[in-house]
Amino acid sequence: MTEVSVTKDAVPAADDLVVLKNVNKHFGALHVLQDIDLTIARGEVVVVIGPSGSGKSTLCRAINRLEMIDSGDISIDGKPLPEEGKELARLRADVGMVFQSFNLFAHKTVLENVMLGQLKVRKADKKAAGEKARGLLDRVGVATQADKYPAQLSGGQQQRVAIARALAMDPKVMLFDEPTSALDPEMINEVLEVMQQLARDGMTMVVVTHEMGFARSAANRVVFMADGRIVEEAVPDQFFSNPRSDRAKDFLSKILHH
Amino acid sequence: MFDFLEGYDLWEAFWTTVQLTVLSAVGSLIWGTMLAAMRVGPVPLMRGFGTAYVNIVRNIPLTVIILFASLGLNQTLGISLGSDQVDTTNFRLAVLGLIVYTSAFVCEALRSGINTVPVGQAEAARAIGLNFTQVLTLIVLPQAFRSVVGPLANVLIALTKNTTVAAAIGVAEAALLMKEMIENEAQLIAISAVFAFGFVCLTLPTGLILGWVSKKVAVKR
Repeated sequence: MTEVSVTKDAVPAADDLVVLKNVNKHFGALHVLQDIDLTIARGEVVVVIGPSGSGKSTLCRAINRLEMIDSGDISIDGKPLPEEGKELARLRADVGMVFQSFNLFAHKTVLENVMLGQLKVRKADKKAAGEKARGLLDRVGVATQADKYPAQLSGGQQQRVAIARALAMDPKVMLFDEPTSALDPEMINEVLEVMQQLARDGMTMVVVTHEMGFARSAANRVVFMADGRIVEEAVPDQFFSNPRSDRAKDFLSKILHH
Repeated sequence: MFDFLEGYDLWEAFWTTVQLTVLSAVGSLIWGTMLAAMRVGPVPLMRGFGTAYVNIVRNIPLTVIILFASLGLNQTLGISLGSDQVDTTNFRLAVLGLIVYTSAFVCEALRSGINTVPVGQAEAARAIGLNFTQVLTLIVLPQAFRSVVGPLANVLIALTKNTTVAAAIGVAEAALLMKEMIENEAQLIAISAVFAFGFVCLTLPTGLILGWVSKKVAVKR
C-alpha cells in the first residue's frame, strides 16, 4: 500500500448522515471497492444499482462494518466507524439492516424477533418492547403473524418482519441489501410498498436493488456502480432518461428493453 | 433362579452409576460449551487453547485420565477435592476425570452444530447491535444446541457406559460390584446379563427420549 491516506478535516455539513471518503476494499486480488466517495444526507433515499459483482452489496455492508474496509473513512452522523467492540455494537444499533435472505432468527417467534434488540441492546422493559413490536408489525402489515415462527411465513412476510425488526431500534439510517431479490414476483410489491411508505415518512435509506420502478418512484438519487467504482450519480429521472456514461447506457439498455 | 443376587446391593451400585453419569453430564455440558465458545471466538489465544485441549484430551484413553486423577492429582499432589473420606474423594476424582474427557466430545458435537447455523443469523444479530457474547448466547448457541441433541445423546450414552472406568479407582458403582460378584459367585453368564440389562435400562430410554426431544426442538428453516 503506497498511498498515504490524507487526513481530511473538513467538517461535514450538519445534515450529512453517512459519509464515505476514499474507501477501498479488496477480496484477495479483486479490488471490489475503489476510491468510493459518497455522502448521504439526512432524509435522503439513495438507490444503488449496477451489474452483479460491481461491489454494491459490499458497499452497503461496509457502512455498518459487516465488511471491513482496507482504507478510507466511513462516518455516521459525524462519528467515524469504530473498530470491532462495544462502540461498534452501539453504532450498529443505530443503523438498520435488511438482508436479501431475511435472516430472521429462526428459533424465535416473529414478535420475539422484533423485541430482541429492544430488550438486549436498548434495555427497554418487556411490556414497552412488546407494544412497540406489535405496533411495528401492524405498520408493515403482519400483525396477525406475531406468534408464528419465521419458517411459517412467506418470503414477503418474512422480509416485512425483518424491516420491522430493524425499525424497532429507531435507526438513523436503513440499509437494504437487495431486499426483494430472493422473493417470488408476486411478493415483491408488498415489500416495496412498505419501503416506499418508509421513504415518504422521511427515513434515510440506502437501497441496493434491481427494482428500477422503486428507484424511479422513491429515490432522491441513483448511484450507478460498475467494477467497484461509482460511475454515475444522478436524480432518477435524469439517470433513466439520459444517462451520461457509456457503462450506464449499456446497463440500462440491457435491463429496460424487453 | 436369581438367588445369586442375595446379599448384594444392586440398587446402591446402579444409583452410584446414575450419580456419576448425571454429575459428569452436567459438568461436561458446561465445560464443553465453554470450550466450543473458545474455539469459535475471536481471541487467538483462547482458540488455540480450545483446539489443543480437544485434540489432546480426546486422544487419551479414559482409563489413563481417571488413573491420573487418582494417582497423580490425589496421591502425588495431595488434591482431595474437599473431602477427607477416601470413597468420596475417589467419587469426585472420577467425576472430574469424566468431565475432563467427555467435555472434549461435547465441544466437538456443539461445534458441528454451530456450523449448521447460517452465517446470516449471526450477521443479523450483529446488525441490531448485539455484542459477541450476546450473538453467541442468544442466537447461535440456542440454534446449535437444537441441532445437536441427537449427537449429544450419543455422547451421553457413551458417558453412561464410560462411568464403569471409575471402578479402576475403587468407586463403588455397577462395574465394581459386578467384578466382586464374578469373583464370589458361579453364575458368570447370569451376572453379566443382569448388569448388561441394567445398563440398557439406563441408556435405552436416554436415546429414545432425546431422539424425541431432538425432533421436537429442531429449528425449522
